[in-house]
Amino acid sequence: MSSPAVRQWYRDLAMGLRFAFTGGREGWVRAVLTAVGVGLGVALLLLTTAIPNAMATRESREAARQDLGITYYENGDSKPTDKSLIVADTDTEFQYEEIRGRLLEPEGADAPLPPGLEKFPAPGEMVVSPALAEMLESDDARLLRGRLPYETVGTIGEAGLIGSKELAYFAGADGLAKRIDGSVVARIEAFGQTEEQPEEPMDPVLLLLTLVVFAVLLMPVAVFIATAVRFGGEQRDRRLAALRLVGSDGRMTRRIAAGEALAGSVLGLAFGTVFFLLGREIAGSVQILTFSVFPSYLNPSPALALLVAFAVPAAAVAVTLFALRGVVIEPLGVVRTAKPARRRLWWRLLLPLGGLALLSPMIGQGSDNGQFNEFMVIGGVVLLLFGVTALLPWVVEAFVARLGSGAVSWQLAVRRLQLGSGSAARMVNGIAVAVAGAVALQMLFSGVEGRFTESTGLDTTRAQLELALPQGGAPVSTVGEKLKQAKGTDTVAALSTSTVSATRKAPEEGTEVTVGDCVSLRELAQIPSCEDGDVFLMGAPEDPTTVTLATAGRTLYFDASYKGEERGAEVAWKLPGEVKKVAERPDSLRTAMSGLMATPGALPAKAEPFLYSTVYVRTDPTVPDALDEVRNAAVAIDPLIRTWEWETTRQVDEFATIQTGLLVGAAAVLALIGASLLVSQLEQLRERRKLLSALVAFGTRRRTLGLSVLWQTAVPIALGLILALSFGLALGAVLLRMTSVPVTIDWANVLAMTGIGGAVVLLVTALSMPPLMRMMRPEGLRTE
Amino acid sequence: MTAPTPMPPAGSLLVATDLRKAYGPTTALDGAEFSIHPGEVVAVMGPSGSGKSTLLHCLAGIVPPDSGSIVYNGREMATMNDTQRSALRRSEFGFVFQFGQLVPELTCVENVALPLRLNGASRKEAEQTSLGWMRRLEVDDLARKRPSEVSGGQGQRVAVARSLVTNPRVLFADEPTGALDSLNGERVMELLTEAARSTNAAVVLVTHEARVAAYSDREIVVRDGKSRDMERAV
Amino acid sequence: MSIGHTLLGLLESGPRHGYDLKRAFDEKFGHDRPLHYGQVYSTMSRLLKNGLVEVDGIEPGGGPERKRYAITEAGITDVQQWLATPEKPEPYLQSTLYTKVVLALLTDRDAADILDSQRSEHLRMMRILTDRKRKGDLADQLICDHALFHLEADLRWLELTAARLGKLAEAVTR
Repeated sequence: MSSPAVRQWYRDLAMGLRFAFTGGREGWVRAVLTAVGVGLGVALLLLTTAIPNAMATRESREAARQDLGITYYENGDSKPTDKSLIVADTDTEFQYEEIRGRLLEPEGADAPLPPGLEKFPAPGEMVVSPALAEMLESDDARLLRGRLPYETVGTIGEAGLIGSKELAYFAGADGLAKRIDGSVVARIEAFGQTEEQPEEPMDPVLLLLTLVVFAVLLMPVAVFIATAVRFGGEQRDRRLAALRLVGSDGRMTRRIAAGEALAGSVLGLAFGTVFFLLGREIAGSVQILTFSVFPSYLNPSPALALLVAFAVPAAAVAVTLFALRGVVIEPLGVVRTAKPARRRLWWRLLLPLGGLALLSPMIGQGSDNGQFNEFMVIGGVVLLLFGVTALLPWVVEAFVARLGSGAVSWQLAVRRLQLGSGSAARMVNGIAVAVAGAVALQMLFSGVEGRFTESTGLDTTRAQLELALPQGGAPVSTVGEKLKQAKGTDTVAALSTSTVSATRKAPEEGTEVTVGDCVSLRELAQIPSCEDGDVFLMGAPEDPTTVTLATAGRTLYFDASYKGEERGAEVAWKLPGEVKKVAERPDSLRTAMSGLMATPGALPAKAEPFLYSTVYVRTDPTVPDALDEVRNAAVAIDPLIRTWEWETTRQVDEFATIQTGLLVGAAAVLALIGASLLVSQLEQLRERRKLLSALVAFGTRRRTLGLSVLWQTAVPIALGLILALSFGLALGAVLLRMTSVPVTIDWANVLAMTGIGGAVVLLVTALSMPPLMRMMRPEGLRTE
Repeated sequence: MTAPTPMPPAGSLLVATDLRKAYGPTTALDGAEFSIHPGEVVAVMGPSGSGKSTLLHCLAGIVPPDSGSIVYNGREMATMNDTQRSALRRSEFGFVFQFGQLVPELTCVENVALPLRLNGASRKEAEQTSLGWMRRLEVDDLARKRPSEVSGGQGQRVAVARSLVTNPRVLFADEPTGALDSLNGERVMELLTEAARSTNAAVVLVTHEARVAAYSDREIVVRDGKSRDMERAV
Repeated sequence: MSIGHTLLGLLESGPRHGYDLKRAFDEKFGHDRPLHYGQVYSTMSRLLKNGLVEVDGIEPGGGPERKRYAITEAGITDVQQWLATPEKPEPYLQSTLYTKVVLALLTDRDAADILDSQRSEHLRMMRILTDRKRKGDLADQLICDHALFHLEADLRWLELTAARLGKLAEAVTR
């Protein structure tokens, strides 16, 4: 390429850059609006590129503080050393928020400090996370202060937490050694995962979900950026015409326009970086469900950030040139090519059809360990969604051409749309894409929800809390009694289980025995008569061993010895003369139970250490905060008692995370699009200021004009939403078919999504009313 | 019958006395006076920035003056609220401006019919009446075209037709020929004044062009926000 | 243009010799056509005869006769009437109008009034022509248009002068 040509190019682009900022106040306003728009988009993009990093950082933090479970098998007979530390897991829940709790007891001078701590808290002291410190100081934390009866002496550093809002504490303790059981209490010599956990391949359906979420969230951002670089287009066209007048040729003006777009988008990149940094700080103080991050987690990966930095300006220039495609810039004004060619349908249809074609080979792949081709999924989804933006202008045009006239406001709106529906359709595009994507995702989510939501099989009317008693603590009967007295308790069922074997040496040949007082046992089975000392056989066991063992008068053994291992306690238990058969309650606390049931009086005292005990609590609904009252009572008895609240379902964590991400993303995207809608709406109004004033002068009611603005937005929006709905449903159906899930439509959800889209429009119209009223003032008539 | 407070010539339709209006620090009107009879065409002349347009806006009830009185048909405008003044403009007044007045997306006949429709007329009826007026202004063949498809002179005639379609008692014209060449401008003025005379409407004609003002019966000169009625001055 | 009224107006500021009158006239109004002595004397004798001026005194000595003229009350009234009467709107009025404006400024009268009443007179004429044009045939229209355009040019000049009265007053009274 010859160098004068290059210089000319450079000069034209530079001139455009200058124009972007030297157009007087209006020029500045326009440049800043574009930059803010692009900036918001860029910030969202950067935030998205930072999410994988944030996840990875959280995971590595979590891995670094890992302290339990790894030493499970050897722990029973570990010995204290200079480097050893005893850790007890005292996780709890307060007002439905999870709190990570650890009791620490260093046994030697070199005991490992957990990440985030500077020194061990002494017994009776604790170190808390900032969020927990805040919670402890709040007014309604009386129960929480009772739960954690330690003196706060410090704050856990960032290194010890996986999120800025994580609730966590480390408390000092002593006497933990005798409680070591390898699960709740363990002796460790280092924190952190010792070996890499094998990476589990992601479930194909989860992968599909993630891909689609990203595609669906980023598409509207792209549409938004494309809209933002077109802010102030009319004014720019006039300026370009003036340039033609003083002698620049058509190609030069296009390059100058490209330069302007470049300027706006580069400034937008700068704004976006600032927004991102601000957003990062804000992100540190926000918690979504149980997910929070530290600002330092949100570092976009350099490659992706670089991609954004190049792609955004390039896209801005491309969009500008594309928009100028049907435009002839003449010295005396901008001429849209005589009669804009009627929008053609065929190529607009090609996009969604292409999308379908890409997706269809993958139908059914989600079932039996099939794999999805990531590129085809993303390509297909993106093409389908782009189909919405491509078809919408055609649909709006075709539709408004058939509209008749009604009231004056309606007539004004319809005629305006008939004259040029392009800009109206552009305004709606973003919303339509967002809604279509959201509808599809919503469908996919509710469709596969069953797959990722496990039913716990728990009947929450039978019990609300389940408390697992640690080994070596207070006897179950005492605990049961104390809990029965606790505030918030209605009924208590204290049940223990153990295994009994037929002989001293054959633990394989055994059966389960459930121990509890008559009241507790009656929570499991229908027992006509019961007194302490009785033993029952549950149901009609099919297991022949159980039937043999449950013979009256037979001797069974607790803690039988395994061959080749240390000898067990071999506690003998002689069954009483009668073993009554009882039927299981249909709403038993423990489902599918079998084996023996015994009242405590029937057992030898020596059997106590071999019982694993659980207390079920039905709370008193009339007591406020009953759950937390009972938990407090439990902690008071023994901090090592673990408590669970009964829930009917449980979701796979990853699934919940993706769903949360979708909701947050959709909200952010819709807010963004609402903002751009408002800007272009105001711009359009400003262009018509003189006309509006003239209409008011000859007595047009303000209401009429306001309504016409509403119609003008509402019609394209309605069409956009209808189109978005049909595309969303189609895409959702295809995605469901891909995952081999029967296609069902959750209309409530679909309509909710649509309603949110519509609400954004109404909000924007409402916000544009005050400026409209201002513009209708007669001052607009002044020409001097 | 109560006579308005100032001393207007008997039978005046619209009388303004001692109008004052300032836009921020700029004084647009500084004690201007005005009166007009039914069927009279009064030219408001003066250099640009003298306050001509502001006087018209005040007289038409578009902009409330800071002080002074405007009496239309025996009613003091200051006592009317915005809704009442809007209704007055819709039914009793007509407007022609220099530009920016035809709604670009409506066809010409729809533009002309707009004031009638704002008054509640049905579409068919309104467009029928409008076509009659367009015929009088010799633009009935443009009925189905949009403003962007007609020439400036034609557009201005459409605007005149629109200003007359409600049979207004006062027609306010602000530089109605400002954007036209002399032949077109004169034709518009001829049609406008003829139509106004035939309906006995009063015309307030703001212009800086003598040959446009020559279509008036009388002129007043506005200079530095003060008006001068030439007929009574001589 | 009325030389008599102009000379009268010049006398209003004080008695002058005929020679001074010619000098003053030439300086203010005679830019391209200086006044001839003979014209001054014949005009003055007509004014004398009509009682609008009187002889204030005669300089003695040889050379040409050197009478000094002063304006009478009747003369002042005459100037006043002349200034107040708008000129018949005719083409090429500007020199008369200019004279009137300058004289008004020189004699502390309201020059804007003169311009406004002249404008009114022009418009009256233009209305008549416009009306005739409307009723007449094409020939009438063309003839009227010619007159109208000239009148319009005058009117524009009136507007322009009105806008510059302040500067003009500075210039002529310097």
